[in-house]
Amino acid sequence: MPSAKTRVPAIDGWFTLDDDAPTLLGSRCTSCGTYAFPKETFFCRNPGCQGKEFAEAPLSRQGTVWSYTDACYQPPKPYVAADPYVPFSIAAVELAAEQMVVMGQVVPGVGVDELSVGTEVELVLDTLYEDDEHEYIVWKWKPVNGGSEVSDA
Amino acid sequence: MPDDKRVAVLGAGMHPWGKWGRNFVEYGLAAAGDALSDAGVAWTDVQYVSGADTIRNGYPGFIAGATFAQALGWTGARVSSSYAACASGAQAVSNARAQILAGLCDVALVVGADTTPKGFFTPVGGDRKDDPDWLRFHLLGATNPTYFALYARRRMALFGATETDFAAVKVKNARHGLENPYARYRKEVTIDEVLSSPMVADPLRLLEICATSDGGAALVLTSMEFARRHAGTDNLVTIDAVSTVTPRYPQTVIEMPNFSTDSAATISTPGPTFKQSVALAAYEEAGIGPEDINVAEVYDLSSALELDWYEDIGLCKEGEAERMLRDGDTTIGGRVPVNPSGGLSCFGEAIPAQAIAQVCELVWQLRGQAEGRQVEGARVGITANQGLFGHGSSIIVAS
Repeated sequence: MPSAKTRVPAIDGWFTLDDDAPTLLGSRCTSCGTYAFPKETFFCRNPGCQGKEFAEAPLSRQGTVWSYTDACYQPPKPYVAADPYVPFSIAAVELAAEQMVVMGQVVPGVGVDELSVGTEVELVLDTLYEDDEHEYIVWKWKPVNGGSEVSDA
Repeated sequence: MPDDKRVAVLGAGMHPWGKWGRNFVEYGLAAAGDALSDAGVAWTDVQYVSGADTIRNGYPGFIAGATFAQALGWTGARVSSSYAACASGAQAVSNARAQILAGLCDVALVVGADTTPKGFFTPVGGDRKDDPDWLRFHLLGATNPTYFALYARRRMALFGATETDFAAVKVKNARHGLENPYARYRKEVTIDEVLSSPMVADPLRLLEICATSDGGAALVLTSMEFARRHAGTDNLVTIDAVSTVTPRYPQTVIEMPNFSTDSAATISTPGPTFKQSVALAAYEEAGIGPEDINVAEVYDLSSALELDWYEDIGLCKEGEAERMLRDGDTTIGGRVPVNPSGGLSCFGEAIPAQAIAQVCELVWQLRGQAEGRQVEGARVGITANQGLFGHGSSIIVAS
């Protein structure tokens, strides 16, 4: 039975709620072109730039795993864990165009054995936690070919 | 090194690390008392108190400098309080040293202590969606070991490190710490025991991730002139460099508590990484290089992270740390022993005390007082450490 709960982002403004092709929403300095995630809103982080204006920048939806691990024990609050706790994987993913690494949980069911440095992944949306009325949505990384890409980085 | 560039360490003291469950002030006072008596300096002669702060647990930890001054008895001494997460102790040393080198005081007491809860460190409470440290737990479930494990997995992929290598770091440090009266864990472990302990954050297991501990450490720092007069000797242990550098943009290695690295799209990244730059700045300040180092105390938050430090402080080239370890170079008796104290592996982390404790160990090593774990003939040592949000910490101690 489909959920009647309202889907809301677990944090506002960090990603689009586009189920087919969600993107992380970073920023790009209008002076020097530097990317940032989460969005920079105040002062460009490039020490050689005086920029104070930023354009919203949807980040690449695909990248390669820089490194990965898992959370065998339940993280403490403010993480909201399912009961019973289900371990999950975490990946730090390199985005080629932005030349940055962005962390995210890996979709449920993908263990560390199915990940490698260099695995190609794409951004998806998934439920982080829920209460009686809402599903709180977050970005996650999902192996493009279901995992097990072999690479020596 | 000229006197106007270095300070003397006249006294060092520690309260044993453990899970004592008492107020952090008590540990700081015990350490301070030991440091003062080691120095032969009365509390009433201390002109400057430099506290390394705790923000998580030790009430009223936000104001540690004055907390210790009050507990020792108000004397009107000048005070500072430093918070830089794991690097708080180095900041406290740096503040005291700067006061002495500026000629503003001759005698300073540096104190750090903490009481910690069981389990994962957690962010400060509340609903704080503007704090990346809070958000990484909330949105990712990313604990501190998550980040340590990312580095460990990366080492395995890039350099062929194995889980056995990581376990061997733990075995070495456990052996080093056996005779250290200040260490919390004083028990030998085997590779098999490490590898059969529960996985926490793949590939890191429970015995490879540093615990959270109670503890306290203190130093009495003085001007060189005061030290010579007071001790009646030129044979002094000195602090020759204190590096508290921040990263350089763009920082391209993911760091706690961030969600992402900086972008290298508009600026290329030649030059050292942050962790490399931490030690480089210390070497440059002391006018020496890694080849001069006889002993090192590095921040082994995980077994694998110790291997990163070998390379980052220049003891070997990138990718060669496993070979150094396997060859016994970093074991007591080897070419450049690392963590003869037993490291965080044997201590667990008492955050604001830890960088001070690293210096205490080097002082005892350089004086030849590190009973049961002595690095013979050690003349120069380096510490390396790093505090959340980009606080570098490296101190060079010489005799």
